[in-house]
Amino acid sequence: MSSTTPARPRVSIQTEDFDLSAEVAALRAGDGAVGAVTTFIGTVRDRHAGQPDPDSASISAMELEHYPGMTERAIEAMIDEALRRFDIRAARVVHRVGPLAIGDQIVLVAVSSMHRGESFQACEFLMDWLKSEAPFWKKETTLEGARWVDARVSDERALARWGIASTNASVPAP
Amino acid sequence: MTIQIRYFASLREALGAGETLTLEPGAPALTVGALREQLIARGGAHAEVLARGRALRAALNQTMCAETAEIADGAEVAFFPPVTGG
Repeated sequence: MSSTTPARPRVSIQTEDFDLSAEVAALRAGDGAVGAVTTFIGTVRDRHAGQPDPDSASISAMELEHYPGMTERAIEAMIDEALRRFDIRAARVVHRVGPLAIGDQIVLVAVSSMHRGESFQACEFLMDWLKSEAPFWKKETTLEGARWVDARVSDERALARWGIASTNASVPAP
Repeated sequence: MTIQIRYFASLREALGAGETLTLEPGAPALTVGALREQLIARGGAHAEVLARGRALRAALNQTMCAETAEIADGAEVAFFPPVTGG
């Protein structure tokens, strides 16, 4: 990469949609050492695991809130740690906020590396960490009205695999 | 000393976006947990949504913190529910 090229932001929090192809092209641009790119996209689902009727839609819309400033800083720190832990070339996170419809893209994590193993690992690491420690909140519209989504202990367990403890979903003793 | 308090998600809906709190000069050092207790002591919606036993997280100057964290003059303290992004 030329030293005169302005650095692309590694983190974007935005209401607009994102384009996977454009993001991957930009992530790889000018880096001939890249031999692998792993991407993850999270999308808005119309139902929950464990809902009474697993085969019907129960969610009609979603809204996402974040903590401007802190959210960006938290994800920047996660990317710094991914660069320390894994032999990767670059990483990028895009997360949408505001009103979203069923099927909309919510989040993109994209990681480039020389070989596939490191980018697979770093992508999952970033996503696991983001789920339990990046300040975003989802509110979903259901048949019974709007409700804030509950955090899941399974997300904490996913993060614990990487040696990072979180008590996000755990309810404290009264 | 002044502290900026911010709320997000369900707490924001119940308490508003936040407030500036002014403490008398010479007041003893305040932890995030002690601030939560002060806010609970107001009763009403504060007592309900900040109640002990409710899953709640806090950030000091935009970094996740424990309730033992000490608040300095000019600090920004945020309370919010468990995070659910991604």
